[in-house]
Amino acid sequence: MKNTDDRFDLPQGTLDLLIMRVVALGPIHGYAIAQRIQQISRDALQVQQGSLYPALHRLEYKKLLSSRWKPSETGREAKFYELTSRGRTHLKVETENWTRLTDVVSLIFKGTLEGI
Amino acid sequence: MGWLRRLFSRERLEADLDKELRFHFENEVADKVRSGIPESEARRLTRIEFGGIEQIKEDCRERRGTMWLESLLQDLRYALRMFAKSPGFSAIAILTMALGIGATTAIFSLVDATLLHPLPYPHPEELVRIEDDLAGAGTTDAGISIPEFKDLQRSGIFKYVVLQIFGSANLTGLSQPSRMQYEGVSPAYFAMLGVKPQLGQTFDPQDQTPGFTQDVVISNGLWKRAFGSDPHIVGRSLRGDNDLYRVIGVMPPGFRDPGRTVGERNTEQWAALGFEEDPAHRPRRSLRLPLETVGRLKPGLTVAAAQSQLDALVASLRKQFPDDYPADSKWTVRLVPLKENVVGNVRQSLILLLGAVALVLLIGCVNVANLLLARASARSREMAVRQALGAARKRLVRQLLTEGLLLSLLGGLAGLVIVFCMKGFLLRLIPESLPRLNDLSINSTVTLFALAASIAAGVIFGLAPARQAGRLNLVSTLRVEGRGSKGSTEQTRTRRVLVVTEFALSLVLMVAAGLLLRSFWELYKAPLGFNPQHVMSVQLWLPSPNDDKTDIYGTAAQEAVFARELLRRSRLLPGVQEAALGSEPSIPLRHDRNPSPLIVEGRETQSKQPPLVERSQVTPEYFHMLEIPLLRGRLFNDGDDEKAPQVAVINQAMAETYWPGEDPLGKRLKVGRGRAGVGQRASKTWITIVGVIADARTESLANASVPQIYLSLYQETPKELAIFLRGDLNASAIPEEVRATVQSVNPELPVYGAQTLDDAVSASLEQRRFSMEIVAAFAITALLLAALGIYGVISYLVSERTQEIGIRLALGARPGTILQMVLRQGLGLAVAGAGLGLVGSVIVSHLMAGLLYGVMPTDPLTFVGVTLVLTGVAAAACYIPARRAMRVDPMIALRYE
Repeated sequence: MKNTDDRFDLPQGTLDLLIMRVVALGPIHGYAIAQRIQQISRDALQVQQGSLYPALHRLEYKKLLSSRWKPSETGREAKFYELTSRGRTHLKVETENWTRLTDVVSLIFKGTLEGI
Repeated sequence: MGWLRRLFSRERLEADLDKELRFHFENEVADKVRSGIPESEARRLTRIEFGGIEQIKEDCRERRGTMWLESLLQDLRYALRMFAKSPGFSAIAILTMALGIGATTAIFSLVDATLLHPLPYPHPEELVRIEDDLAGAGTTDAGISIPEFKDLQRSGIFKYVVLQIFGSANLTGLSQPSRMQYEGVSPAYFAMLGVKPQLGQTFDPQDQTPGFTQDVVISNGLWKRAFGSDPHIVGRSLRGDNDLYRVIGVMPPGFRDPGRTVGERNTEQWAALGFEEDPAHRPRRSLRLPLETVGRLKPGLTVAAAQSQLDALVASLRKQFPDDYPADSKWTVRLVPLKENVVGNVRQSLILLLGAVALVLLIGCVNVANLLLARASARSREMAVRQALGAARKRLVRQLLTEGLLLSLLGGLAGLVIVFCMKGFLLRLIPESLPRLNDLSINSTVTLFALAASIAAGVIFGLAPARQAGRLNLVSTLRVEGRGSKGSTEQTRTRRVLVVTEFALSLVLMVAAGLLLRSFWELYKAPLGFNPQHVMSVQLWLPSPNDDKTDIYGTAAQEAVFARELLRRSRLLPGVQEAALGSEPSIPLRHDRNPSPLIVEGRETQSKQPPLVERSQVTPEYFHMLEIPLLRGRLFNDGDDEKAPQVAVINQAMAETYWPGEDPLGKRLKVGRGRAGVGQRASKTWITIVGVIADARTESLANASVPQIYLSLYQETPKELAIFLRGDLNASAIPEEVRATVQSVNPELPVYGAQTLDDAVSASLEQRRFSMEIVAAFAITALLLAALGIYGVISYLVSERTQEIGIRLALGARPGTILQMVLRQGLGLAVAGAGLGLVGSVIVSHLMAGLLYGVMPTDPLTFVGVTLVLTGVAAAACYIPARRAMRVDPMIALRYE
């Protein structure tokens, strides 16, 4: 378990969003999802297996993801996840919410919100 | 039903989960190998990175949303496997629970039918009994006058007010004359109770017809018994005491009158009675009739509110009619919830029984808790290992609770099955005299109660081991448990506390049982004052028709002829040595009492309300037959007939009550006819006392000195007759022989109620015997359970100390010392329990003081005796493991570790 100082805890629900964002790019298995998040975030985010798999299973249970077993790039069978149509809608809504939230938050931090 | 499917494809899901995580793992390893780390090192690092793979799996499972059900099923499966692994333990635990819950449920069904739902009518809380008290004359429930009845009807307090008069009549005109309980009621009776007939109709509540109407409603029982369930019964006629009646309706099965006595509750025929004119006299305000008054309050009115309105009404009536209500009579009207008719007498007994059975259940729970704890100590290593492997404590506690609950639910189910199978047997245990209007049934309330009791029991005894598991110290347990198995000191303490509790509870139960047993014994061996042996009584009733012209026994002279002839023929029956006749109240230990007003010469002006005494009429042979000794004066003789001046014999208690310090012989009195005789003649002439007999317990076993007055049967003839026969009698043949004899004189007369006086005596002990036997059975069960409990704990302590004992023996301790040491330990627990129990017993015994007879609530003999028995049993239970300890072989004990 890596416990470096530059690692930070993700706010509640953010991991779900990140996973769905990555899965939106195409069918992908759990290991690759972890790799991809690490790459994209330039090693700032390391998703632990202990968080990743429960999250995947929860999303699948909520029918936002579906899964299929098929051979991976190494030839071994792996469980590939992809977005369901419900997941796609959910992702869109959540992404918008996220963008709005971060915009507003950064506005506040820049101190240019009118009326203050 | 996605979760259901997932549940059933559990194995595939598990395999997939494993495969998925393994894939990830292998990829990480491959990554590391690619970056130049040797494979074995790469595997080790990855394993560290992964952390507990089982924990990840558990998290994933939880996210699937079927976790609660899955883990429940898993727990249940596991629990069943544990039960199967130790069938002896499971059988004992389930059986203990089955007995505990079964007994509790059985008693509860009795409580449900009597205390919780005493009145099987709609809105039972509105039903009240209305009693007139004359505190000034020292009389309660003095009866009511017709104008007062009208006042109540007009008062606006009641929806209905109904007068009742109970009696019995000869049912004739059918194949065999028989006896039936009847009741004259105001026409609003059925409307008040709110019960519809199963056939035909009931009375019109607005009916104002004076006197008896011809219409009667009959019970389901009479319909079956006398009319063979004839579906065309409505309109058929029957004769009651020669009078012709027409059946207009049949009540449904299970309908009973909410009366105070067994006889009243078994009413078979209801006649509508308008209390306007004869036979109830012209209404006079001061003429109190011996009637029962029952009412239904206006909806929404509480008994207390109704009572205060009634008090106001009574106050204004006393002002309005000062002559009828002199201030010194202190007339008041009291409302009593009608349910008191049923629950009044038995509340204390039933609560005692329920309390006793709850204690047994509790002791059973403590025992099972003890067993579970003993097993938990054997399983603490398993628990520690499971926790170390990542099982949450919460999860383990839940599993132990599941085991406990499953045990008690299985036990409860078995208990219900037992109760259900033994229902018939249990019903036979319940005395006839126990008042209840409902039939006992295992209904939904009772089933729910059994379920609740099971769950409560399961939680109680599941909690102790679960708490223990929740507190397990992993490191020390794993380290210590690596060798033999040893419970923590805390666990031992819990088990000791449980045993002490068990002993305390058992002692309370045993003291209660002991006191009841002593009371019963005191009553049983109390000198009766009469000799019931070889005596039988058989009843008959001479009709008293409303139409005097059809009454062939209208005068004392007419009836005396019949009585003498009957006596003459009865003496000729096989085996009969003596015969006597008496009125119904002369039968010793009848259930129903019916006192009559007494007027003593020279004191008639003292109060308008005379005192009440028990009176009966007998033939001269009666006292000799029952062996009641004469103290002063003379008994009756054949010459005390209708031509001679009227004479009376009284008992010692009556002499002491009314003529203390005086000679009662020659004193004169008048006595009325009791409640049953509405419209009958009260005695007009003075009656002279000629003899005083010794007191006998003919009225009540518990009270030897009930004032009683006897009249000569030939001078004042009763309608309700009893034939007494003494001799070498064949109890099964007598009823038929007497029937034939009576009907050879008059074929219209029914013969009923044959009993031996020995049976009458034991029947009057029935209710006490019932409570005593049940409480005693519970106490014995409790004692056995407590003995088992202490045996278990001491055995456990001994096995734990085997090594220590071995060392002591090796160092030269004598086996006797070891025996003493172990016994002392066991007895210490027993004595601590007994001490606590004694405190509880004093409280309980004072609460049940009303159920005791001839014994103090703190009877030293009972308390000391019970404590000794309990300690003795504890010593015996400890002796077995103590002997085992004494015989420990030092070599084996030392090698053992």
